[in-house]
Amino acid sequence: MTVASETSVLFDWIVTGGLLVSAFVTLLSAYRVIRGPTVPDRVVALDVISTNVVAIAVLFAIQSDKGALVEVGLVLAIIGFISTVAVARYVIEGDIIE
Amino acid sequence: MELHTIQTAIVAALIVVGSAFLLVGTIGLLRLPDVYNRMHATSKATTLGAASIFLAGFVHFDAQAEGLSSLVGIVFLFVTAPTGAHMISRSARKMGVEFGLGEQWPSRSADDGTSEDADTE
Repeated sequence: MTVASETSVLFDWIVTGGLLVSAFVTLLSAYRVIRGPTVPDRVVALDVISTNVVAIAVLFAIQSDKGALVEVGLVLAIIGFISTVAVARYVIEGDIIE
Repeated sequence: MELHTIQTAIVAALIVVGSAFLLVGTIGLLRLPDVYNRMHATSKATTLGAASIFLAGFVHFDAQAEGLSSLVGIVFLFVTAPTGAHMISRSARKMGVEFGLGEQWPSRSADDGTSEDADTE
């Protein structure tokens, strides 16, 4: 076994480990969405989940070596930001677009 | 050590750092007492974690199309994450969410005099 193939095996393990940690952390954030005492707690947890999903998309792009999946992460980041701002306006004003 | 090995090592190190930041942000989200502290933990640590993983994507895909869109993602995260956290904390204060450990907002009538400008939010 050459040095290059050993390096690539180690790299695959590290990327898979990063994916596992990100997925586990996203699952833990769901606790705060379900349990969170107030509505802003749930909004913060949903914001964290959307950022984690962006990280998962980029990690999956690295793992599968398909660069187009980075754009998926970019679009998910935009959608997460818009939904956070929309919910934050909705809970205090009752409507989003007046 | 050839160049490809160095690139792989940098990507691996950035992924490890990013995953550690995501983990720390989520521990803060679960363990801290009220919504302001939780936001303080998550909005910084999660942003740094996702930005570090975006940077790993930039190194992995070279400075071509996908790598450059990773840089755009970093800039977007650094602009939008503080804005979103500010919106949430503003609406939490307007909803009257209290602090977890019994602290109070600095009241406007307590510091009498020269408090005219403090009323404008």
